Amino acid sequence: MRLSAKIYSGIIFAFLFAPILVLLIFSFNEAKSLSVFSDFSLKWYKELFHDRNTLESLRNTLVLATAATVISTIMGTCAAVGMNKLRSKWYRAALNTVTDIPMTNPDIITGISLMLMFVFVGRMFGAANSLNFWTLLLAHVTFCTPYVILQVLPKLQQMDKALPEAAMDLGCTPIRAFFKVELPEILPGIITGAIMAFTLSLDDFVISYFTTGNGFETLPIRIYGMTKKTVTPKMYALATIIFFVTLALLLISNFVDNEDSRQLQKEKKKRKAKHYK
Amino acid sequence: MKNVKKTPNSYRAAMTPYSIWSLLFVIVPLIFVAYYAFTDNQFAFTTDNITRFFTATSNVIQEDGSTEEVRTYLLIFMRSLKLAVISTAVCLLMGYPIAYIMARAKEKTQKTMMTLIMIPMWMNFLIRTYAWMTILQDTGIMNSILGKFGISPVQVIGTETAVIIGMVYDYFPYMVLPIYSILAKLDVRLLEAARDLGCGSLSVLRRVVFPLSMPGVISGITMVLIPSISTFYISQKLGNGKFFLIGDAIEGQYIANNLHFAAAIAFILMLILLAGMALVKYVTARYVYGGE
Repeated sequence: MRLSAKIYSGIIFAFLFAPILVLLIFSFNEAKSLSVFSDFSLKWYKELFHDRNTLESLRNTLVLATAATVISTIMGTCAAVGMNKLRSKWYRAALNTVTDIPMTNPDIITGISLMLMFVFVGRMFGAANSLNFWTLLLAHVTFCTPYVILQVLPKLQQMDKALPEAAMDLGCTPIRAFFKVELPEILPGIITGAIMAFTLSLDDFVISYFTTGNGFETLPIRIYGMTKKTVTPKMYALATIIFFVTLALLLISNFVDNEDSRQLQKEKKKRKAKHYK
Repeated sequence: MKNVKKTPNSYRAAMTPYSIWSLLFVIVPLIFVAYYAFTDNQFAFTTDNITRFFTATSNVIQEDGSTEEVRTYLLIFMRSLKLAVISTAVCLLMGYPIAYIMARAKEKTQKTMMTLIMIPMWMNFLIRTYAWMTILQDTGIMNSILGKFGISPVQVIGTETAVIIGMVYDYFPYMVLPIYSILAKLDVRLLEAARDLGCGSLSVLRRVVFPLSMPGVISGITMVLIPSISTFYISQKLGNGKFFLIGDAIEGQYIANNLHFAAAIAFILMLILLAGMALVKYVTARYVYGGE
């Protein structure tokens, strides 16, 4: 890499990491100030762990993200398996389009559209406030599933089509062939998809903001509430913890992906070797 | 070989839950946006919400103290468009070189740089935005560093610059990643051929690399433009609430429980984005893939 390229990359990464560094440093600040660092202390972390509402919202976020991940991973994987075998062009185009919509539409429109429907249906049943945990869960599954499909579908397309056929020729029922042969092959895609769904759900603010109600507060919504008033370094402590948790998840998913591609390359080499014999 | 008869029924069954789900939670909600946009509080048909978007006026105090009557929502929309276009351009100018550097680096460096670019994305955008507020505010870190060099404080928060910085920061990876993924796949022999045929480095960039990376550039532009045109938090925090954007307008109407007008704004925004995307698709098909 040339020196100019190194300097340029340095500037870009400084820009990208400056705010994160600020958060990390000021979460350990003794004083309440967010611009003058006085002394190292863990005071804000301690305070964070005594903040009932924040802990409650953390619990809510985790429950929601877990539920949304389980549902969207199962539904998305099934959908991808079906879409991979789909013959009807019309049906395929329709499914591709609906998968694209939540990803390309601005979050605010996805959020507003779901909210309008929930409110309308709620009113039909005479409910004054129809937004709650369940509407939030429906919304999260809706925007997570396309990402699972996009991770699983390529793995299905890469898979050797002869494998499940061979299994069935050897006496497996189609369902058994799926669980014994196809599922292990596409598992890395499912895991990355599930991790993506989980982090997206953890991180989402805009859609949650419009579709939650009845006092069900997730962490991002709580943070939004906190930033409306004066902010203490407590929020930075929270951000630091979230940062390291998501970083760990990201590294795990990278690791799964690397292992997978390493195995793929090994197999390719083996196949090539056999071919030349 | 069609000797193995597949069981399309079980595959169809596997898709059914998702098909029904997307119908109920993707398509129907969009219909509801249109339905609310064209009805009043009693759900009777009206076009008032739509006309209100185009005709509502308000008085704006000019810098010289005089007031001027403006079309409120058109002004807000044009402002959103302007800030989003500037942010997208800045992202492209900053992001293209880094994508190019990444694509030309060693494979291991590429992976590390990629992870480094992605990391800030995994931080909640509310917190990222707030951190910029800490840095940029009048008594913030930037001004205290400037002060050490004897430079008088600069006021950034509450200006358009601050909003643009926030947008660029939040959506920067969306610009870099698609461009990088195209550039990384670029056939190096093409560049060598151009050089052999007497192209200088700059004209290789301009006449070979850039045209070939157009698909990445276009998807980068859409991926930055769409979220930045519809954002609503960045402007409230970094713009100090002075620059009301289209997203803020929708949120404000939602807070005020004017669901029908909120739906109308969302509906118009959606149509404009759809038209914009169709135009981009047409132009790409015609001028990028169609050759000259």
